[in-house]
Amino acid sequence: MDYKPVKTFNELAVKSLDDFIYGIAPYPVTAKNGMVIGGGAVYPEINMTLPPITVDESTMPEVRKQYAEMIEGILKRAKALHAPGIIVELELLPPTTIEPKWGIEINKILREKMYEYEEKYGLKSLLRCTPNDTREIMRPPLMRRGDLLESIFTTFEKCAEDGADILSIETTGGKEVHDEALVTCDIRKAIFALGVLGVRDMRFIWSKIVEIAEQTGSIAGGDTACGFANTALALAEQSMIPRVFAAVDRVATVPRTLAGFEVGAVGPDKDCGYEGPYMKAIAGVPISMEGKTAACAHLSSIGNVAACVCDMWSNESVQNIKLLSAPAPVVYTEQLIYDCRLMNEAAAEGRSYALKLRDWLADSDSRLDPQAYVLRPDIVLEISKELVKEKDAFIATKKAAALAVDVLKRGMAAGEVQVLPKEKKWLDIISSQIETIPDDWQEFWHEMQKELDLSKWRPEEYDLEVTAAKTASAG
Amino acid sequence: MSDFSNKWIINEYRKLRQAVVSGDRVLVLKTVRQLLESGVDPLRVVNQGLVSGMDAVGNMFRDNEMFMPDVLMSARAMNEGINLVRRIRRTPARRPLGKIVIGTVSGDIHDIGKNVVKIMLENGGFLVYDQGVNVEPRQFADAVKKHKAQILALSAQLTTAMLNMKTTIAAVEAAGMKDKVKVIIGGSATFQDFADEIGAHGYAPDASAAVHRCRELLESNSCGRQRGPNLKIVK
Ligand code: B12
Repeated sequence: MDYKPVKTFNELAVKSLDDFIYGIAPYPVTAKNGMVIGGGAVYPEINMTLPPITVDESTMPEVRKQYAEMIEGILKRAKALHAPGIIVELELLPPTTIEPKWGIEINKILREKMYEYEEKYGLKSLLRCTPNDTREIMRPPLMRRGDLLESIFTTFEKCAEDGADILSIETTGGKEVHDEALVTCDIRKAIFALGVLGVRDMRFIWSKIVEIAEQTGSIAGGDTACGFANTALALAEQSMIPRVFAAVDRVATVPRTLAGFEVGAVGPDKDCGYEGPYMKAIAGVPISMEGKTAACAHLSSIGNVAACVCDMWSNESVQNIKLLSAPAPVVYTEQLIYDCRLMNEAAAEGRSYALKLRDWLADSDSRLDPQAYVLRPDIVLEISKELVKEKDAFIATKKAAALAVDVLKRGMAAGEVQVLPKEKKWLDIISSQIETIPDDWQEFWHEMQKELDLSKWRPEEYDLEVTAAKTASAG
Repeated sequence: MSDFSNKWIINEYRKLRQAVVSGDRVLVLKTVRQLLESGVDPLRVVNQGLVSGMDAVGNMFRDNEMFMPDVLMSARAMNEGINLVRRIRRTPARRPLGKIVIGTVSGDIHDIGKNVVKIMLENGGFLVYDQGVNVEPRQFADAVKKHKAQILALSAQLTTAMLNMKTTIAAVEAAGMKDKVKVIIGGSATFQDFADEIGAHGYAPDASAAVHRCRELLESNSCGRQRGPNLKIVK
């Protein structure tokens, strides 16, 4: 079955650089309690996780206690600091997704406390529910059937019925191929994984999530290329792959993440999707971002630039461990609230101040790292403008990678971005790899069948037919 | 052997090492062929040229001077060189430094770090049996037994899965292999104190350190085979 887009984006939603700003999205999203995301203010989004613990029946009482403690601390701090509102993300773990009743229970614990704070103290809050993409646990994964997938959908459905406001997930379709592409820095494979496999899986899974959101009155938020470009970011951070490769890969994820919005998701997308600014530029959806405040989860070179056009500001995730002042989730709540305050205060003074702050955020990072450079608002708009001209997501993916290379080369030549000497040759290597990719996806798929290990993933789970083997046996 | 031919050979070794470092397969094969044709001991071609080049690669990777894809290209060049030596001189396969069973523990599917460690261990001369991800304790124990591995390497990124390392160690012990295998752990969720706490023999924060630590563990392992810093070609 083909899961077709219900929307296409032929032109930019953000019309000019001056309209590309934090807190304001062309298509804001209004939640049941009246909170508007992308309607003028940036809100903090806090995410938390358990300290070392095995999750099973015997430890569930402790797990419940941990979540109850975390949410109480978070809301108390948000109230004390007069947060105008807060978003809480429940990123479920594999065991709490595989066993939906546990995830559902935790979701309830959080939601009830959040309702309580809203009723008692007027602290508005939204709960984002993010089940784990457990399909990957089985290898090669079943992407479109099986108990693991059913548990994901059950979790979404029940958590939404119980009051989860926003539905999200970090899907992994295509990652089976993309992981290898990263370690070998093979942009051909990366483009296949993202532009063919990733896009197909996104259309499939997000069509279902959008359906659940419609039935339950919740918001189909959006996805993230975490398993793809954040893996690249983590690898680049450890000097395992060139930063320029990670930067190009990030831009190449744009059509894949956009596929969720093409089948009806409306934002806010997930915090760890650093490709978010491209979503906002093209689809006009509000976005959640994370940067320096996510140093608890992973290091990066994009701590400030990530905030330029965010509508929610997040910490990715932090364990419930005690710091000198308070447990870490409480500490991060405080930091996020202060960051948002500053952004909102600047915006309240007038657009020019907000733009100034945005540019400071961009310029303080973008010269130092190619991954930051491709997130500079003007660069995002420049590349996005070209991408909306492409109707086919695969060609758009190839084009995105090529545009990123061109932009980086130009930036280097103009002295706008620093690239380490040992990385310089990589832009040429990537360019020449991209040139070998045909424009016809079927031809590309035919070529890739010979290059890929088909025992590691199941083409039929992506509606792909293995033709090369047939040709070989026919011949 | 004359001074001239000595110099020539030393120079050729250097060239071979450099060709491995730059992942130049064509040059590796050409140099190996020349050395063998001139009657040089095949073992030396492997150890002083190919493996020594790969050791340099390992160090450069550790010092952030090389990227992973470069390392893979070098490894490929070295392996092709070794295969050529075997074909021409009919020498059997090289003997590994030791056998390692590796995998990501149950409940965790992060595998990139584990894969990087595996690659570096293989390049470092170990024979590695990869059990994949989300591996149950029993499966680890069975694999150690089946392959007679001297080292069990466990990876975990999730704090909610890291305790399964402890369960895995218990399963290995229950299978009667407590004194036969050394356990090394790693992955971003883990740290030295945790390794000590769960009774693992070693911990390493990254892939280069993992190779180093595995060599140390093997040396301290009474069941370890004969080994040395370089690979051995055995009859
Ligand atoms: C990429 C990634 C993913 C990818 C995984 C891709 C893959 N095939 O592995 C995807 C998207 C699937 C994913 C999913 C999840 N992830 Co994740 N992920 C990451 C990320 C961004 C990078 C990991 C990585 O590949 N690093 C690059 C490699 C090379 O580094 P490394 O793994 O550290 O390995 C090195 C060393 O640790 C060491 N090493 C590794 N293994 C071993 C073994 C031995 C024996 C030795 C000696 C050494 C060693 O050597 C390696 C090379 O130098 C990290 C962030 C981070 N800070 O690491 C989060 C992170 C690990 N993920 C996290 C979480 C929470 C999740 C999810 C639960 C999210 C969700 N709700 O969906 C799921 C869980 C899935 C599951 N069942 O396991 C958390 C873990 C928090 C915690 N401590 O519990 C992290 C830290 C991010 C965060 N802070 O929120 N993730």
